[in-house]
Amino acid sequence: MSSDTNSVPIDEQARPAIGRGFRLQWEAAQSAHVLLYPEGMVKLNGSAGEILRRCDGVHTVADIVADLERTFNRSGLTTDVQGFMSIALGKGWLQFT
Amino acid sequence: MSAAVQTPGPPLWLLLELTYRCPLHCVYCYNPVDFATTEQEQPTADWLRVLREARELGAVQLGLSGGEPMLREDLEEITAEAHRLGYYINLITSGVGLTEARIGALKRAGLDHIQLSFQDSTREMNDFLSHTRTFELKERVARLIKGHGYPMVMNCVIHRLNIDHLDTIIAMAERLGAEYLELANTQYYSWAHLNREQLLPSRAQLEVAERTTHAWRERLGEKLRIFFVVPDYYEERPKRCVNGWGTTLLTVTPDGTALPCHTAKMLPGLSFPNVRSMSMRDIWFHSEGFNRFRGQGWMKEPCASCEEREKDLGGCRCQAYLLAGDAAAADPVCAKSPHHAVVVQAVATAQRTRGVEKPLIFRDRKASRVLAERPATRND
Repeated sequence: MSSDTNSVPIDEQARPAIGRGFRLQWEAAQSAHVLLYPEGMVKLNGSAGEILRRCDGVHTVADIVADLERTFNRSGLTTDVQGFMSIALGKGWLQFT
Repeated sequence: MSAAVQTPGPPLWLLLELTYRCPLHCVYCYNPVDFATTEQEQPTADWLRVLREARELGAVQLGLSGGEPMLREDLEEITAEAHRLGYYINLITSGVGLTEARIGALKRAGLDHIQLSFQDSTREMNDFLSHTRTFELKERVARLIKGHGYPMVMNCVIHRLNIDHLDTIIAMAERLGAEYLELANTQYYSWAHLNREQLLPSRAQLEVAERTTHAWRERLGEKLRIFFVVPDYYEERPKRCVNGWGTTLLTVTPDGTALPCHTAKMLPGLSFPNVRSMSMRDIWFHSEGFNRFRGQGWMKEPCASCEEREKDLGGCRCQAYLLAGDAAAADPVCAKSPHHAVVVQAVATAQRTRGVEKPLIFRDRKASRVLAERPATRND
C-alpha cells in the first residue's frame, strides 16, 4: 500500500505544508512531535519533527534546509531533507501549496 | 529478560462512551448485553474533568462514541473543551441526529473527523440489520460530512449476512467520497457472541471477500484506503487485546467506569474503578483492574513459556473468558490453546450452506433486561 520507495523529486523552490487530514503537534508526554489523523498517530523522530514543523506552506524547501543547517550548525543537509520530504509526500504527510 | 512489569506509557487513546442510548439495534453491538441495567450517564462536568485529567497523562486521540453520541446534547461542549486541550477528536456515529446545524456547530467546536457506520450497501439489509429505517439518512449524512470538509471514515461491520455484498459496499464508499473504509469483520463479544451462529461467515465467503477487497485496492490505490480486518476465528494465532492490556487504550463507560478495553466489564472477579471516585492517574497506573493483565506475569501455560507471547500477549482476555471460562487462559483462537476445539467447532458449523433457524437477537433495552436476568453462564 505504501509508496515510500517511489522517490518523488523535490523542487527546492516548492513550499511544503502539512498534508490535508493530518495535524502536527508537540506531545510533551511522548517527548516527540506527532502527526495525528483519523483514528491514528505517527510518532516522529527528532529530525522528522524538526523538518515537518518548518513546513508551513510559506517557506520553500531551500529556506527550510538553510534554517535547519543554521539551527543545528550543520551543512549539506539538502539531500537528506529532500529524501525525507519525498517519503512524506508519498504518505500524504506533506503537500505542496 | 526480566519479567518485571515496566511502567506503562501514557493512555494515548481515550474512548468516551457517552451513552448507551442508541436509535439502532445492531445484532453485533459490542456494548454489554445488560447495558439496560446501567441507565445512569455522567453529567457534563464529569466528562470535562475526565478529558483534562487524561490529557495531563498524555492522551491525545479521543473517540466520542456510545451508543449514539449525538444523543448527548452537550456533545458540542465536550468537543470544544477537548479541542482546547489539544486532542484529535474522532466522532463515531450512526449518523442519526447529525443535522446540518449540529455538524456546523461541531466543526466550530473543533471536531477533527467523523466515522460514519453503515450496515450494508442495500437499504433492505442496512435497515434489517440495524432494525431501523436509516439507509437514506446515512447517505444524506455522508454528503453533509464531505460538504463540511471533514475527512470521512466509513465503517461497515462485516458478517455472514452482508459479506457477499462487499463489492457494492466498497463501490458505495467510493461514490460517497470516503477517504478510509474499515471493513471490520465482526468480533464475537456481547451481542455478536449471542448471534454468532448467524453471523460467522464461511471460509468460501471470506476468500471471495478478500479477493474483492484486493481488486478494489489495486484499482483505487491511495484514494480510498481500505482496511479489512479478518475474523480471528479464522486465524491460528490470536490478536493482541487492544494493543496490549493497559498499554494504549482507556475507555470510560456512560456511568464513569474506566476500562482497559471496550468489553472488559464482562470479566468476573475484577473490579474496575469509577472516574468519580478515583483520579485518571491512579486508575491508569495503580488500579487493580488495569494492572491485572498488564505485561506477562499473569500468564499460564501454554502462554507462559510460549516464544510468541511477546507478540500477542496471550490474545484477548474477554475471548478467553467467553470460550474457555477463564480470563487468564490462552485465547482459544490460538491453535496451542487446549480450548481451541471450541473455535474449530464454530468454524466447522459456519461452513454449512443452509440458513439458521435461530432468530437473531437485536440489541434493545427489552432484550437487554431479559439477558441481565439470566444466570451468569457463558454461552458457546
